[in-house]
Amino acid sequence: METLLEIKNLSKSFDLHNLGKHIRAVSSVDIQIKEGEFVGITGKSGSGKSTILKCIYGTYRIQQGSILYHSKKFGRINLAEATERELLYLRKHEIGYVSQFLNVMPRTTARQLVKQAILEMGDDHDLAEKETEKILAHFELDEELWDSYPTTFSGGEKLRLNIARAMVKKPRLLLLDEPTASLDHDSKIKVKLLIEQLMKEGTTMLGIFHDLEFMNHLCNQEYNIQNGVFSHSTSFTNS
Amino acid sequence: MAEFEVPVLSIKNLNKQFGKGCPYCQDEESLVKNYCPVCGTVYACRDVSFDVFPGEVLGIVGESGSGKSTLMQCLYFDQEVTNGEAYLADYHNGEKNLFQESSQQQRYIRNNIMGKVYQNPLLGLKMNFSSIGNIAEKLIAAGNQHVGMMENRGTELLNKVNIPVHRRKEAPKNFSGGMQQRVQIAKALSNRPPLLLLDEVTTGLDLSVQASVLDLIKSLQRELNISIVLVSHDLGVIRMLADRTLVMLEGRVIEQGLTDQILEDPQHRYTQQLVHSLL
Ligand SMILES: Nc1ncnc2c1ncn2[C@@H]1O[C@H](COP(=O)(O)OP(=O)(O)OP(=O)(O)O)[C@@H](O)[C@H]1O
Ligand SMILES: Nc1ncnc2c1ncn2[C@@H]1O[C@H](COP(=O)(O)OP(=O)(O)O)[C@@H](O)[C@H]1O
Ligand SMILES: [Mg+2]
Ligand SMILES: [Mg+2]
Ligand SMILES: [Zn+2]
Repeated sequence: METLLEIKNLSKSFDLHNLGKHIRAVSSVDIQIKEGEFVGITGKSGSGKSTILKCIYGTYRIQQGSILYHSKKFGRINLAEATERELLYLRKHEIGYVSQFLNVMPRTTARQLVKQAILEMGDDHDLAEKETEKILAHFELDEELWDSYPTTFSGGEKLRLNIARAMVKKPRLLLLDEPTASLDHDSKIKVKLLIEQLMKEGTTMLGIFHDLEFMNHLCNQEYNIQNGVFSHSTSFTNS
Repeated sequence: MAEFEVPVLSIKNLNKQFGKGCPYCQDEESLVKNYCPVCGTVYACRDVSFDVFPGEVLGIVGESGSGKSTLMQCLYFDQEVTNGEAYLADYHNGEKNLFQESSQQQRYIRNNIMGKVYQNPLLGLKMNFSSIGNIAEKLIAAGNQHVGMMENRGTELLNKVNIPVHRRKEAPKNFSGGMQQRVQIAKALSNRPPLLLLDEVTTGLDLSVQASVLDLIKSLQRELNISIVLVSHDLGVIRMLADRTLVMLEGRVIEQGLTDQILEDPQHRYTQQLVHSLL
């Protein structure tokens, strides 16, 4: 299998000018992910796990290192040097992200949100409508909620919607930042089923899960951050 | 890597000063913010460059007086630039500097390739004309003559912006602030411009009215896949609508990035202050 993502010597720090603070979030990160793998990152709260995902997604601009991604559209591209428009393209078509926080757009219905995500991939309206209903049903989001505003949803419902929206695009690379953190057992199982299905379909995933057992069952490789040191802890090959 | 897209609008080194300047302010260091204390010249836009791409919303934020509205006025030829270049893909293949075209050509561009919505509806609408008449005015300016066709297009547009059909003959002066902005939006869209300029279009409206105007902009943008330059001092508006964002300070663009980069990992001291003071 080809390498889909290769992070070399990545460091990210924040200079908070008005507070006179310099925060080192992560340093010397090396990660290699092959196509179709599921890779996990573990570490204590504040150790820099989310930071790594945000650097890949382009939300954080990095000071040092490279993030080589094998894009369908652009070929090998260093995400750390990609233009804004290239990043936007990749977010629409190739790289998905589920945040650990509930970031739903205000004033857009659940149905519109999911459908919009599918349409961004270039599907036609009828197909998008069908897919939308399918995934909303999979996550057992009450049909009554489909046409209402997620700002009024419960935490779990919002989260399920967030995941549905990211997964429905079947991105080539899916970044998962504790997507199951505040879900009940049943919802976790649903997410797991979808992750397994996406794995079968060849989606590559890099995820952070606080539920290690959940993660270990899925992982091909695991990286760990301890006391600021980033290391490759386990490889489960030919799984 | 070579650019994979062609910008709809490209602005290069735009400068706009109010006043003649003097020997003292030739040296930029001697300005107080963007103002010359000796001759009173205001350097409202300084060396502003950016591109707008197809189907995207470009946000512009910055403190009061940073030059946002002046920039938008220059783009719409409401103000004459001091110097700089602007190119539109839909005008001579993006090969002619719009700022050097005749005023007649500039009028053509305003009427056919751009639409603008002002914060103050008095600047964008004739308050005593009927609403549909306001739209017809822009259609006529673009060379339309067929009354029936204009009537249809006007009705269609007012419908799109949720102005009840039976009120189309009413003058905007009878309308609420939110409705006036809707009529302005309908007018701006009338000639199907690829580019829409929006300057603080929701500022001063009630929160719920603001929300409905923002919704309208968002849904129109999706449906028509139009490019929008959106000025707002409200980061909530920027977060909701903009794909990319420029930050202006004292006439300059001090930082630009994807909107989530600007909001979550601001680099410049001023941007950090702006973002963190609102979190
Ligand atoms: N017609 C004019 N004559 C002289 N100075 C002007 C004129 N128009 C604007 N200025 C000055 O240019 C600077 C930029 O003004 P501008 O209206 O572009 O700010 P802005 O960023 O839109 O601010 P706001 O957020 O308050 O709308 C200000 O110092 C303003 O006083
Ligand atoms: N946008 C930011 N601005 C400033 N500091 C940040 C930002 N994001 C993360 N950090 C800091 O970087 C460190 C790592 O945070 P994070 O990646 O969220 O950890 P984790 O996800 O492992 O809990 C923390 O010290 C955090 O405060
Ligand atoms: Mg985290
Ligand atoms: Mg202004
Ligand atoms: Zn001077």
